[in-house]
Amino acid sequence: MKNLGAILKDSAAVAGAALLLFGPFLGLRLGDNEAGSLTLSPRPGLLAAAVALTFAARLLMLLWYQHRPPRIIPVKLSAGTAQAGKYIAPALLIAAVAMPLLPGIENSYIDLGVLIMTYVMLGWGLNIVVGLAGLLDLGYVAFYAVGAYSFALLSENFGLGFWECLPISGLLAALWGMCLGFPVLRLRGDYLAIVTLAFGEIVRLVITNWVALTGGPNGITDIPHPSLFGLSFSMAGGPGTFAGFFHLTPDPKQRTTYLYYIILALALLTNWVTLRLRKQPLGRAWEALREDEIACRSLGINLRNTKLTAFAVGAMFAGFAGCFFATRQAFISPDSFTFIESATVLAIVVLGGAGSQLGVVLAACVMIGVPELLQSLQIYRMLIFGLALVVIMVVRPRGFIATRQPTVSLGKAKLIGAAMLSEGRG
Amino acid sequence: MAYALQQLINGITLGMIYGLIAIGYTMVYGIIGMINFAHGDVFMIGAFIGIIVLTALSGITSVPLGLLAALILSAALCALYGFSIERVAYRPLRGSFRLAPLISAIGMSIVLENYVQTSQGALERAIPNLIPGGIMLMKQNGFAVQLTWLQIAIVIVTLVVLAVFTYVVTRTPLGRAMRAVEQDAKMAALLGIDTNRTISYTFIIGSALAAVAGVMFLLYYGVIDFYIGFNAGIKAFTAAVLGGIGSLPGAVLGGLLIGLIEAFWSGYATVAYKDAAVYSILAIVLMFMPTGLLGRNEVEKV
Repeated sequence: MKNLGAILKDSAAVAGAALLLFGPFLGLRLGDNEAGSLTLSPRPGLLAAAVALTFAARLLMLLWYQHRPPRIIPVKLSAGTAQAGKYIAPALLIAAVAMPLLPGIENSYIDLGVLIMTYVMLGWGLNIVVGLAGLLDLGYVAFYAVGAYSFALLSENFGLGFWECLPISGLLAALWGMCLGFPVLRLRGDYLAIVTLAFGEIVRLVITNWVALTGGPNGITDIPHPSLFGLSFSMAGGPGTFAGFFHLTPDPKQRTTYLYYIILALALLTNWVTLRLRKQPLGRAWEALREDEIACRSLGINLRNTKLTAFAVGAMFAGFAGCFFATRQAFISPDSFTFIESATVLAIVVLGGAGSQLGVVLAACVMIGVPELLQSLQIYRMLIFGLALVVIMVVRPRGFIATRQPTVSLGKAKLIGAAMLSEGRG
Repeated sequence: MAYALQQLINGITLGMIYGLIAIGYTMVYGIIGMINFAHGDVFMIGAFIGIIVLTALSGITSVPLGLLAALILSAALCALYGFSIERVAYRPLRGSFRLAPLISAIGMSIVLENYVQTSQGALERAIPNLIPGGIMLMKQNGFAVQLTWLQIAIVIVTLVVLAVFTYVVTRTPLGRAMRAVEQDAKMAALLGIDTNRTISYTFIIGSALAAVAGVMFLLYYGVIDFYIGFNAGIKAFTAAVLGGIGSLPGAVLGGLLIGLIEAFWSGYATVAYKDAAVYSILAIVLMFMPTGLLGRNEVEKV
């Protein structure tokens, strides 16, 4: 190994940078004394450990780079992944349907399944906007909030149940999607991103500050749970409840399982609608819009309708998911609808490989499931989440499943190659 | 009248701070076409280094010396932060799928926030006003218009930093290289400009400006926590977009406008909706001027 000297030198430089970067934050700790003024206490041990760790990590990374076998990327690989998807998807579906029925499965795992499935649904919904139509939406959580608050307010003020509110929530969210869509029709790329982000923040600010309607930061409590043909999932048992009707002992698992199947059905509906739309003129117009807006317009596609429907359909599914979220939690507050939620859903879509339905499922399992299983590391959870975003993007910039063929193509399907991507057509 | 003047003074001070952060966004966007989501958090890091330095130097009686040390150290360390962030999270993704650097930047932003939260705690940290006092400009109907020394100091420091920055961008070889890479990175590389190094310098300068803004913010409000970067970052990005992203004077103009809107809205309407007002005005301006106030209207070639 002739470069060892250079590698050590490089690692030392990185460690030196780490010393400066971490110095003020890990090496020192702000505190308060009795007089109420700030104090600093040194933490040399922590700083030394962090710097040593950085040195070792950099050293190992450089050594690995030197010794790893040259990368051979088979041309057929991506096609192979697409083929494998044909078998993975049904297998995952069977696993998802069977999961809550496994004997002896704990309630908490079904609950985790509900959470992951909610994000899968949100991911699929956002995939319509970002993955299919290519419109970057950083305020997706606004529609989720609209759906959740629609249901919460309708049930609080008019006593409506989950099943009546589900379509209303979706419609209201779709309406808001159109409202957002109109002003941003002329915007493209990053201007669009910042306006959608601003829209998400406006919705959250209104929810927080309109105390008379939404209860402000305290949120809305006692949102009813869904019932099964009028049978409630009350723990009391007795007539009129699910457990009483079927002569079972009341168990929280029954309700969780029911919620699980509701969200599974909603998510599958989202997926089914997306897959169907992709084969129809509207879906083709979305994909054309994503690939090239000018060519799209030149071919006579109505950009306004195409964009608005993408926003509306994407928002509608977020509205459904929001309605479900409200009924699952029985409590909602503006804290659940921050930018970080939008970012998480967008990250799921992009990590999955924008446009790929199966990728969204994998990314949701990784990004939502893994942090939930790391509950013991509570305070480091978000730190790990952020690091994972960076690392996954650097290692696999195109996401887990990196194929994106137009759904319909003339003659031989053409893969979008790296050369075209580098020209900014990603 | 007096009240409006007071809001004008407050708005300009605040706008200067936003303008400084917005420059970082607009430069990075101009040069590599990505939204550097972590920039707001570099601003927060700058504010924290400022408070740490000021606490460490609390024994020193000379306030100007302490402030100068805080500014310089904060700017230097934040420059290193900006450089490292670009090396770790953005450079490997250059020329890649458009959304990849955005997600990486959002990840970096989450990392920085939680890094400061876990290492320094989630509590708000406060410092006393280091430059108390001011001059009373006028008095009307019992309302005194105050121009504090602190506000004067903030505006002066910002103007000095902006002057240096303008000199660097317009008069030095580095600035020329930066403008060249912004116009056409491939052509600049062919003409012998080290684009990677130029991009690194862009991050270094942008982060140093954000650090100065962070220290100014710390002095102005006296209270910071690990979450200030998010709000300030979004507003500064809004300022950059409002002014026309990619345009440096536009960033400062946008920052001033955002600061003024915020100050007047808080003064005459409800404080609760001041952020909503900023975002709404952004949406309205973009509806009519899709490339911002001073943005170039790019002709898209097919």
